[in-house]
Amino acid sequence: METTVPWSELVTAALLGAERRTPPGGSVTALLDAAAVETVRRRAGMLPTTAGPRPDPAPEDHRAPLPRAAAHRLTLLLANRWGTGGSGGRRGATPDLAELLPQWLAAANERGYRVPDAQLPDLLDAARARTDLRPQARTFAGPRGLWLARQNPEWKFVLRGTPGSDAGTGAEAGADAVPDGAVGPAGIPPGAGPDDEAVHRLWDEGLFSERVALLTAVRQRDPAAGLTLLARSWSKERAEDRLMFLDSLRGGLSPEDEPFLESALGDRSRTVRATAAELLSSLPGSALAARMAERARSCVGVDPTGGGAARSGAARVVVEAPHECDAAMQRDGVTPKPPAGRGERAWWLVQLVEATPLSTWPERFGDRTPAEITALPVADGWRQDLHAAWCLAAVRQRDPEWARALVGAPGAPLADGPGDPAKLLAVLPSAERADWAARFIAAHGLSEAFRILGVCALPWTAALGRAVVDALEIARDAGSYPWSFSGVMGLAERCLDPADADRLAPLAAVPDEPEDGAPGAGSYWSEAFQRLVSTLRLRAEMLAELRGEEVPASGG
Amino acid sequence: MALAPDAASRKSGSKLAAPGPWSGAGAGAGAVWGLCKGSGKTAYRTVVDIEGEEGPGYKCSCPSRKFPCKHALGLLLLWSGGAEVVGAAPAVPDWAEEWLSGRRQRAEKRAAAGADGATGGGGKEPADPEAARRRAEKRHRSITAGAGELEQRLTDLLRGGLAGADQRGYAAWDETAARMVDAQARGLADRIRELGAIPASGPGWPERLLAECALLHLLAQGYLALDGPPEEDAVREGSAVRDGAASEPAGGVRPPLPEPLATTVRTRIGLTVDTAKLLADPEARQRDEWLVLAQRDTDEGKLTTRRIWLYGRRTRQPALLLSFGAAGRTPQQWLPVGASLDADLAFYPGSGRLRAALGEQHTPPVPGHEPVDAGGTVTDALAAYGAALCDDPWLDSWPVVLTNVVPVPVQPGPSWQLADADGDAALPVAPDCGQSALWRLLSLSGGAPLTVFGECGHQGFVPHTAWAPTAADGTAAPEAVLL
Repeated sequence: METTVPWSELVTAALLGAERRTPPGGSVTALLDAAAVETVRRRAGMLPTTAGPRPDPAPEDHRAPLPRAAAHRLTLLLANRWGTGGSGGRRGATPDLAELLPQWLAAANERGYRVPDAQLPDLLDAARARTDLRPQARTFAGPRGLWLARQNPEWKFVLRGTPGSDAGTGAEAGADAVPDGAVGPAGIPPGAGPDDEAVHRLWDEGLFSERVALLTAVRQRDPAAGLTLLARSWSKERAEDRLMFLDSLRGGLSPEDEPFLESALGDRSRTVRATAAELLSSLPGSALAARMAERARSCVGVDPTGGGAARSGAARVVVEAPHECDAAMQRDGVTPKPPAGRGERAWWLVQLVEATPLSTWPERFGDRTPAEITALPVADGWRQDLHAAWCLAAVRQRDPEWARALVGAPGAPLADGPGDPAKLLAVLPSAERADWAARFIAAHGLSEAFRILGVCALPWTAALGRAVVDALEIARDAGSYPWSFSGVMGLAERCLDPADADRLAPLAAVPDEPEDGAPGAGSYWSEAFQRLVSTLRLRAEMLAELRGEEVPASGG
Repeated sequence: MALAPDAASRKSGSKLAAPGPWSGAGAGAGAVWGLCKGSGKTAYRTVVDIEGEEGPGYKCSCPSRKFPCKHALGLLLLWSGGAEVVGAAPAVPDWAEEWLSGRRQRAEKRAAAGADGATGGGGKEPADPEAARRRAEKRHRSITAGAGELEQRLTDLLRGGLAGADQRGYAAWDETAARMVDAQARGLADRIRELGAIPASGPGWPERLLAECALLHLLAQGYLALDGPPEEDAVREGSAVRDGAASEPAGGVRPPLPEPLATTVRTRIGLTVDTAKLLADPEARQRDEWLVLAQRDTDEGKLTTRRIWLYGRRTRQPALLLSFGAAGRTPQQWLPVGASLDADLAFYPGSGRLRAALGEQHTPPVPGHEPVDAGGTVTDALAAYGAALCDDPWLDSWPVVLTNVVPVPVQPGPSWQLADADGDAALPVAPDCGQSALWRLLSLSGGAPLTVFGECGHQGFVPHTAWAPTAADGTAAPEAVLL
């Protein structure tokens, strides 16, 4: 071993084997000796590599750090973010932490805390898996979250700061999800002035998701500038992209957008035309809305005599549905072909009325209020179709007065409702919503209540909470199993006022079995109520931690 | 949470960290206890001994085989969260007291026995020293035969060439490993098993395979160069041998290996030193303020290995505590990362005196400091690893603290680096390092330099702990974050 054999030569010799060629040093042992020396020498003599381009420093985040206990809680919530597994399994008496993450984030954001840096990747991973967490997670992640997400393609969603599509400012808001409260525009790309060269370049060259994010961000600051941006390249976009861009105009729609939308009615793509028409119809002053109103007026009128002599004096609504769907109607977004099982005239009528500004009707019906109009009898069995169309219009135009008239009395029989009560309720002010829901539950119990409760604001009002708990108690005493109500139970855990925990504690005791009840139901109910109470206590603790109180007020 | 044996227990434990199912809970006298309502009629009785001299202990009447069980974890979480249900209680209930006092008495007895051993020349010494010597000699013969056999196999392998090794699969390696287990040379067996995975490890495998074969050869030759089983009175003076015995011509007459290299070889082969004896040896003990740098568990099939790295404030010396748990059980030893404890450590001989056993703790752990004084640049870290290789050429990595470094994701991939904040030098991160740890590190740094503890080795750097840069307002001291 007087002369050193290069490492590469040793490797070649080892690969070939001594049978094929005599290794350096003359023997296998000598080869191994040399390789050992060389290996240790190479390891001991390692040199640093050249540093790659360092990331730019993250922007400062001036929000307050989380109190210690709250930071600890976040670790637990994120560790359990996958929930309790299969939905079929029994849930036991302990709180479901995964369900509490959204409200914890909302409460932390309300107080303006910043996420601990070490938790940021877990937070982003959680929000990647659960879209319902994204708006709040994005806000909580803050500037460092954006900085980090730019370096990891898996967290790209953070850069799409589109509160419009996530928080639901559109007509469908709140129908399927518990309202989140206001969400700030967390993810506007840095330095996005509308006339900026960089903005134009990103718009012309960016990926689709980046462009949607850019459009939304620009629209948020200056709607007209956003529109100008979109018009730059509109005719060159692909049909599905045009549809998405059009859809992103929904937030902050204004009369200034009308000319653009009107021109989109002549688009090559049918879906783009339909979306443009829908957007125009939610602008009550638009020309399209006026044309629709004109058509609808010719179809729906009032007969002041009430028809037959027997009921003379009582007015009624008469309907003459359209006989054809002409080219002009189709241009305005009316779909000529009805879905299977529906008459085409009724189908056209519903579409006309849905797109007609509701303000058309009081004038058409002799200055009657919406409540009076909806109370009028409708001739020839058109009531169902006409009221359903008004419901759609009330939801689309977010008209509380019409929604109130159409949703009816909460105690009315269920089959009577013309539209989806949950969607109509979402249009009403939150106090009225809660009150309606409380009375609905008192009248009908919980079996139909899930979606209605879903649109009620957090936390539930005292009256609503009481109604839900009373109804649960009634269900228990009637001898059914708690898992028939697991949806409502889950909502109650999340939405009841945490202060109710002590009032509810006695319910967690195992009750006597009713004679006709399902066997064993009593202890399952007790378990379900235990979970309810412990979840409420946990929520109270979470909030206390976020307030920075060292000893949580669990109020025992 | 680091106490949990696995992710499932961690999850169920944190679910139980709510006041709901608990009753009769309290804390006091260095213990936490409570009754946890489970699915059955009787509540489980759970006690955790926090201040036990032998680390935390758990007792629960539940049937779970996991250890600690979810009830104990939930209780601890609840307690550490400051929940009211686990308030300070004046008296320990009888059922908890019974177990607690039993446990502590046993611990005291053991401690007393250990102290006796220290003074009385080895309390655990086998009754018959002659029989022990015979056993050691028998084992030495067995290992010598095993090392000889291994040498033969390595020679055969290289005679045929490594080129076909990737087609041969694990079986041949596993068989050789089994032969080494029979020969009572665990250390050799473990290395051989790892060898089996190299041909499937991607481009450059022949190089890595040759390196590992050569180190194995070096170890086998090293053992053959020892003459006889370890004997405490037989520390021989030998001539300085450069880089181990391997550079000597095989088959020639060799001087015996010098200490401490001989001990390193014995340790690497799998001959261990008795911990109790070590702790009883005042020469091996070192009292210092030990900063807990990191703690990592690795699951090695039937065994969970826990590594705890320490750094002595006065001795400026790193230390590694190893503890083991059977499948599904967490190793008992646990120290809070970032804390500092005044304790005795007994260092095992050989291998650069890194591995140690925890002796007496003089005070409970107190909050530690950011180990800026222990740290250095990227170049310093490589030099430290290089220096450690002189004592133990089989070392894969060496614990180091890097100060003033920036984590750099190098796109695409990303492949990661830790780069000196001033200058161009960088350490590549080892390819098998978990991505989530690296993202956490990047998030902590926010592009700014920070202090990182990890292992620096020939594969690259593996970060374990980071001390986040101080907040802009300068109010909060940097806190240790386990990555």
